[in-house]
Amino acid sequence: MPEASATSSLTAVLGDVLKRQVAAVQDYTLLTVQAMRCMFSPPYYWLDTLEQMDIVGVGSLPIIIVAGLSIGGVLVLQTAAQFQRFGETALTGDAVSLALVRELGPAVTALLVSGRNASGMASELGSMVVTEQVDAMRALGTDPIRKLMMPRVIATVLMVPLLTVVFDFVGLCGGFLVAYSTLRLGAVQFWTRAINSLDIGDVVQGLTKPVVFGLIIATVGCYCGLRVRGGTQGVGRATTTAVVISSVCALVADFFLSRLLLYLFQ
Amino acid sequence: MTRDVPPLDSSRNVANTSRHEIQSVPGEALISLHDVHVGFEDREVLQGISFDVAHGETKVLLGETGTGKTLIMKLAAGLIQPDSGRVLVMGHDVSEMPEKELLHFRRSIGFVFQEGALFDSMTVSDNVSFRLREEAMDETEIEERVREALRFVEMEHALEKFPADLSGGMRRRVSIARALVDRPPVVLYDSPTAGLDPVTSQTIITLILRGRDLQDVTALLATHRVQDAFGLANFRFDKASGHVVALGGNGKSGLAQSLAEREEAADGGRERNPTQPTNVLVLRDGKIYFEAPADELLGTKDEYLKKFLASAE
Repeated sequence: MPEASATSSLTAVLGDVLKRQVAAVQDYTLLTVQAMRCMFSPPYYWLDTLEQMDIVGVGSLPIIIVAGLSIGGVLVLQTAAQFQRFGETALTGDAVSLALVRELGPAVTALLVSGRNASGMASELGSMVVTEQVDAMRALGTDPIRKLMMPRVIATVLMVPLLTVVFDFVGLCGGFLVAYSTLRLGAVQFWTRAINSLDIGDVVQGLTKPVVFGLIIATVGCYCGLRVRGGTQGVGRATTTAVVISSVCALVADFFLSRLLLYLFQ
Repeated sequence: MTRDVPPLDSSRNVANTSRHEIQSVPGEALISLHDVHVGFEDREVLQGISFDVAHGETKVLLGETGTGKTLIMKLAAGLIQPDSGRVLVMGHDVSEMPEKELLHFRRSIGFVFQEGALFDSMTVSDNVSFRLREEAMDETEIEERVREALRFVEMEHALEKFPADLSGGMRRRVSIARALVDRPPVVLYDSPTAGLDPVTSQTIITLILRGRDLQDVTALLATHRVQDAFGLANFRFDKASGHVVALGGNGKSGLAQSLAEREEAADGGRERNPTQPTNVLVLRDGKIYFEAPADELLGTKDEYLKKFLASAE
């Protein structure tokens, strides 16, 4: 009965894969809950947290500024032609502002921070795992979740919203520069419309999403790093996995958050 | 063979005990493994391991690569849990202890990892002072203790160096300083001489001798080098001269003389000789193959042990 045995082995393989994925989700959830619980009891590692804020926040600033300028400029380039057809070039400020603050700012910042920091966290912690530094920390009586994971989570959750604000502002500047040079749109007109088009719901949406994205990026990055298996090859795999999983999870979360926040503020 | 498992003293709650209250009692086993089984996927690496390490004893775990020596060290430190069986350290069942209590408890145990496992982003000084800083010790005392520990391993000159700037042997020495800095009663050495040249290996063994004979450390040492076991069994560190001296000058074996000296010291009430017996435990295929004082290994007629001894020549 070769066909029957092939089917059963395929089912077994699929079952194993599914079980591993479910186990990984469970493990990730438990680790994240454990990290959250650490927030409410000492010891706290504030110096490590400040160091991570510097790495995640200040370290990501250059790419955030360059990306923000470019995306703001591209937005105006893409929309200007449409607005010109209807003689509504004044709406450029509105379009750039709404697109950046509501959606592009949080999402692109999350993708950039994920690419730069989730990978960094996974490779750093992964290297510590394979060289037994994490075990050494436990052997010295220190909880690696408190010492290594918590500072990264707190720093990323605090820094991603700030980086998003920088991205939004720089994006608007980029948009204004392109609008001024191509559409001859005045500064007062652009900035007044850009600011007035936003209401409280947009700002809340633009600042809530980055908090969740920061949490996803840091916890996925740390999880992938702390669960490394298979030496240096495993560290490489964990780095790639951390970027892919955190980016995809941030984008999926973006959809559900947008739905929720639009429902709440419309 | 079954063993009587000593009852746990329920009054010993680690979470409510300060590090310095966890003290060893002379005569009692500081480390006990009772019928420990550990397996990974389809292979059972440890199959019913049972042994004791008495107060002041140095137990050497010998075995080929993959026989589970590192696993036993990690079990003793509570870094992994057995599938079944009990692991008692200083009377506490570390196989049942939750991680929160274990973190506190491990501050009474020194652990020297195979490759040193120094934190590569920290200087030698920060590595050695890591545990002291976690205990929020006064900075002046930390500096004093760190210098003392590094002087002990003759690495005081490397205070501000990073692990990447050190050789393998130097990293091992710093790792020993980090393990001994808080003067723990129990130290676990996981293959401290692995991958080192014979001269550096001897330096490491001398440091372990010094830890044993000057700080009265109870030790469990995993190694695949028979020479390490004989080095520990046949030599002691003489505090007066500051040198390592051979035992057995009166015709007795190193171990026999050591025991005789201890008995004499106990009888006469004089200061006892710091040297403690060194016992060897050979692991093979997940089980204990041989367990006896080190000098009995030399007279063995067992073919496997003879091969093991021949590899050291």
